[in-house]
Amino acid sequence: MIFAVISGFLSAALLPLFSKINKNLVPKVYPFVPLGIFVYLLYLMPSVLQEGSLMWNYPWVPSFGVDLVFRLDGLSLLFGLLITGIGTLVFFYTSYYLKGDEYLDRFYGYLSMFMAAMLGLVFSDNLICLFVFWELTSISSFFLIGYKNNDPSSRKSALTALGITGFGGLVLLAGLIWMGFVSGTFSFTELITTPEVFREHSSYIWIVVMVFVGAFTKSAQFPFHFWLPGAMKAPTPVSTYLHSATMVKAGIYLLARFTPILGGTAIWQETLIIVGGITMLFAAVHSLFRTDLKSILAYSTISALGILVFLLGVGTQDALLGAGLFILTHALYKATLFLITGIIDHETGTREVTRLAGLQKVMKPVAFAGYLAALSSAGVPMFLGFISKEIMYEGVFHSSSLAWVLTAALVITKVILFVAGFWVGVKPFSGNLPAEYQKVHLPNPLLWVPPCILAVLCLLFGVLPAVLDGFVQAVFISLVPEAPEIHLAIWHGFNWILGMSLVTLALGFGLYLFFKPSTNLILKTQTFDNLSPINIAESGGRIFKAFAWKWTGFFQNGYLRNYVITILLFLTVLAGYRLYDGVDIHLDWNQISQITPSEFLVVVLMVASIFFALITKTRTGVIVALGIVGLANCLFFLYYSAPDLAMTQFSIDTLTVLLFMLVLVQLPRNRSFSSRKVRLRDGFLSLMFGSLIAILALEVFEAPSYTEVSDYYAENAYILAKGKNVVNVILVDFRGIDTMVETVVLVIAAIGVFSLLNLNLNPFKKN
Amino acid sequence: MELLLIFIIGLLHAAGIYMLLRRSMFKMIIGLIFLGNGVNLLIFLLGRLVKGKPPVIDEASKVFTDIYADPVPQALILTAIVIGFGLQSFAIILIKRVYKVLETDDLDELNSTDEEI
Repeated sequence: MIFAVISGFLSAALLPLFSKINKNLVPKVYPFVPLGIFVYLLYLMPSVLQEGSLMWNYPWVPSFGVDLVFRLDGLSLLFGLLITGIGTLVFFYTSYYLKGDEYLDRFYGYLSMFMAAMLGLVFSDNLICLFVFWELTSISSFFLIGYKNNDPSSRKSALTALGITGFGGLVLLAGLIWMGFVSGTFSFTELITTPEVFREHSSYIWIVVMVFVGAFTKSAQFPFHFWLPGAMKAPTPVSTYLHSATMVKAGIYLLARFTPILGGTAIWQETLIIVGGITMLFAAVHSLFRTDLKSILAYSTISALGILVFLLGVGTQDALLGAGLFILTHALYKATLFLITGIIDHETGTREVTRLAGLQKVMKPVAFAGYLAALSSAGVPMFLGFISKEIMYEGVFHSSSLAWVLTAALVITKVILFVAGFWVGVKPFSGNLPAEYQKVHLPNPLLWVPPCILAVLCLLFGVLPAVLDGFVQAVFISLVPEAPEIHLAIWHGFNWILGMSLVTLALGFGLYLFFKPSTNLILKTQTFDNLSPINIAESGGRIFKAFAWKWTGFFQNGYLRNYVITILLFLTVLAGYRLYDGVDIHLDWNQISQITPSEFLVVVLMVASIFFALITKTRTGVIVALGIVGLANCLFFLYYSAPDLAMTQFSIDTLTVLLFMLVLVQLPRNRSFSSRKVRLRDGFLSLMFGSLIAILALEVFEAPSYTEVSDYYAENAYILAKGKNVVNVILVDFRGIDTMVETVVLVIAAIGVFSLLNLNLNPFKKN
Repeated sequence: MELLLIFIIGLLHAAGIYMLLRRSMFKMIIGLIFLGNGVNLLIFLLGRLVKGKPPVIDEASKVFTDIYADPVPQALILTAIVIGFGLQSFAIILIKRVYKVLETDDLDELNSTDEEI
């Protein structure tokens, strides 16, 4: 099982190697990866139907409770089959659709990666693994949407999609971790046994909100729906695969999975009904105002996703069954419609529905697939769409007290989707063929066979629903644990539901006849663009970017001294805050030594030189002052029992002054660069910092000192190292290696100095 | 005396920081040296001041018989002075080169990185 999941990643990772060997072989070989997994899943199907679910366990990070546990039950099997089945068709379709494309091999890499991530997502039994795969699908989707990477709008759409789904993913992660904390486990199988843990927990509402944000962003629910139409910038196979059949349903999958765990409460069900209801109506109406085939499909897909969320919200057994069946139905007919849109685009060069007609004369099999898919989408009897619609109506009709309102909303949506389906599946093929398309011909079978297969399945399952019985039963059980036995039937008898179906068909057909797609309609809707969520999100993004720019510019301004100021200010404020309560210092006056006149003189000399160095305008003056400060320092060392230091300081000080004199004295006078205000600010800050250091020094000074280390060195200097000058012994004996390394540092500095002096910049510089 | 030293340490730190914040590279180096001096004195002070008792053992004996100044801070400072010198000399030569090439001492005029020099 693990191989089935990771084989997609493997084939993506091996792709560079593979395409080096023979680039043209990639499209011929890669479709067999999803095909193999599809067959494997079909092989597992009987045992799933028999046992309910299969588990595979691979330890990964056991210390965090994160294991690669794969669970195959009805729902994940349904998704797995869709992912690999439609995946296989899309892989084959692409090999011709993008034939000759420079980066075709790369495209297959992304597709394989996506497929693997999606399989991992639906098979994971562990919440954290689920999240990892969830984000992987967002990332691969980003690459696929932005596949035409030299098109700016394509890049922008990819970024929008990644931004929205990535944001949702992070919120979801927070929710999942929270769930783990509340229940103590990340395993679905264990969570499902104790749903009451969550419903009674005080943070239930937050968990639910986070899961909702994750699912709604992924499944393009209002008000996060706007990334999906943009994602249609991707090549059509991607739209087919990711943005109608599989990835966008991941949110639905998540909601369906969590319904037994988190669902059943008013907040869960009603939110889903409201969000799903708004999405399905809003998007359905929007699809009527589009003339681009892919845009129509995008909005009708969002609408279908809305229906699924809505059904999960309604939550009656029939509604859930309808949702499960509709996932399959929708994937079949919508993928078909997308694929034929791709063919139309490929052959005629346009996707404008207003310009297309009569193509059935030149591409019969494609038209055949389009008609079947449109009929299934409309829910005409003898098609799978009819059965799922019946069950759906049944479930909603027998729900709560507001059933009439909900049913009406669903019927209206279905009527509009009827029209949208017909616009894509019927309109381009019927009527008179315009002269410009007379020369259009049927493409390679690799293009038209996949939609035909899917379209035939729509019909086959509609005529013989009994073949799906066992499978749909398994899906039903994973949605509703105590599900009754079901039998799908073509005919449910004369009742209200059939009446509504007929009304839907009649209204839909009427609307299709009288309402024609037109570009004028789009223009009318643009008045409201300022209020649309995409604009709100975009301006949010702009504000955030401007803020980030200012924030970064403020702190990372490129001026070294500003960094120093920030650090010092922070330090001073932080340490100063501690001193705010007052400084508690008890000086032991016996500890303080007397001041002799000569020492006092040195202090005065030092203070005077420091101030002189600060105010003098001449460079020489500063250097002289510097020398005096060093020499005064040297005298301190001498007074207080540090002859070695005094000698070192003396020689180093002399050397520094000499070096300064030699190197810098030839250079021009100091200029005053900064204004009075800046100097005052710096002066104030320096004084603050100086006082802070002085106070800290005082505090440390009055604390008792520990001399174990010094005593050890002093006592053993002669005994162990045969030296009487303890400082020397420490440097060359006890810490001899340190001193050696120090010498190395000096050598490096000397090499630096030497090479800088001899550096001949730009030896080839002319004139 | 210790209090006066603490005052000087504070002053050296303040002067060092003030010079470090100047735009002139020359002044930056001076600031660096002041800071170094201030820190050295601080370490020295924290080893406690002892007058006229260097940490050198008498000719005649093998261990200290009298009190003595703490040798560890002294060893530390000695190292610091020498390393400080390495740093200073490198910095001095470096700004000399910068002067020569760009004819400026102003840090703010060094803001292009890839310019042909």
